[in-house]
Amino acid sequence: MRTDVKKINEQSKHQELTEGLMIFAGGTAKEFHTGEWRTSTPVFYADKCKQCLLCAPVCPDGAIPVKDSKRDAFDLDHCKGCGICEKACPFGAIEMREGR
Amino acid sequence: MARKDRMSGNEAVSYAIRQINPDVMPAFPITPSTEIPQMVSTYIANGEMDTEFIPVESEHSSMSATIGAEAAGARSLTATSSAGLALMWEELLLAASNRMPCALALVNRTLSGPININCDHSDGMGARDTGWIQIYAENNQEAYDNFIQAYPIAEHADVHLPIMICQDGFITSHAVENIELLEDDEVKNFVGTYEPEEYLLNPGKPISVGPYSVSNYAMEAKKNQEIALENSKAVILEVAKKFEALSGRSYGLFEEYRTEDAEYIMLLIGSAAGTAKAAVDELREQGKKVGVLKLRVFRPFPADEIAHALRHCKAVAIMDRCESYNGNGGPLGSEVTAALFKNRVMITAVNYIYGLAGRDFTVDHVKDIFAEMEDDLKNGRETKQYQYVGLRK
Repeated sequence: MRTDVKKINEQSKHQELTEGLMIFAGGTAKEFHTGEWRTSTPVFYADKCKQCLLCAPVCPDGAIPVKDSKRDAFDLDHCKGCGICEKACPFGAIEMREGR
Repeated sequence: MARKDRMSGNEAVSYAIRQINPDVMPAFPITPSTEIPQMVSTYIANGEMDTEFIPVESEHSSMSATIGAEAAGARSLTATSSAGLALMWEELLLAASNRMPCALALVNRTLSGPININCDHSDGMGARDTGWIQIYAENNQEAYDNFIQAYPIAEHADVHLPIMICQDGFITSHAVENIELLEDDEVKNFVGTYEPEEYLLNPGKPISVGPYSVSNYAMEAKKNQEIALENSKAVILEVAKKFEALSGRSYGLFEEYRTEDAEYIMLLIGSAAGTAKAAVDELREQGKKVGVLKLRVFRPFPADEIAHALRHCKAVAIMDRCESYNGNGGPLGSEVTAALFKNRVMITAVNYIYGLAGRDFTVDHVKDIFAEMEDDLKNGRETKQYQYVGLRK
């Protein structure tokens, strides 16, 4: 029953799909670019950022990568543009702009 | 070796559950099924089985927990009745579409309103399109036997679907009758250990169960689910054959009672079949050619098999213990007449509604129905459709 889910696509016949559409792999949400849904986009001003890291944990999509205790640029493949990070930032280092 | 005892339907199903000793049972009490979780938890407290019993806060939760446990890789089940089944509605569909072979002991009780605790089939019939296999019992023996056959059917590789084992509330669930029980090891060998191929708590082999599906996949998934339900028909018969070898008791998709040469047949589900059989025995002594077709498996619906079984009779009384509120009779009436038409079996088919909310259904009612159909047919009259049996008017 274990199937290579990467071989399944939107043209696959019903016989080729997994039972109950179970996915036999881990971490597959990464392949799904939810950033395509975005209607407004966060802009990051690195000069205003104090690296307080209030933004990263409130992001519902994990789209603010943190490396060596410092936040990095937005992961726009997965950011849906909700704007929570802009509200969380005390220093005006994040600004939401219309469009993708 | 088989052992003779006397038990109610609820006792019989609880006894079967103890013998199967499944992994997880989440349940919430509701009349008339309450005794099942009560008796199972007593068995657990007495150390006679080691099922993990989860007392949940509602039936929405009991079915959710059953699905979760099943997905995790545990053989799971729950029990309910009436409004409890209605509260499970969303999860029932998920159990089937996620292809979870869990079991549900349904003790049939009417749905409100008017609020009432007694038997009819409106709960089970309301869940008829949820993708579950549904097997109905005439008495405590059948409820016990059907439950022992449940997991071998549901867990079969060609099926992987949830299964509902139904018995009539109070009439079967609370009435004590003689029963023949199997030994514990016989049941354990028959049911076997549960070894799912894919499950959540399987280190190194991650899976996701029930992911969102875009339109490009959902229709194909539904077709696959429908194929599994079709497959279950052969599996039900195969398991019944093995069960007969073990117990000596034979089961099919339905039971035909004195129908070989019958001109008039009554088709019905559940405990009322016993009443109909008693009436048929009396009428046969008077030379009337009458018989009973008792439907055991309602899902998958054996449409072609029913049409084939009815093809030589003059008229069939299709008995619904459920109102469909569609202005066209009950669910069994709709499905059987469709099956007859599709198979070009052009006999007279009369739909009756009986026994709603625990109303008595007697041998005399059965005799009156056979007499009415015969009289109307002989005099070239159409019998009135979907009359309420025993209605005061």
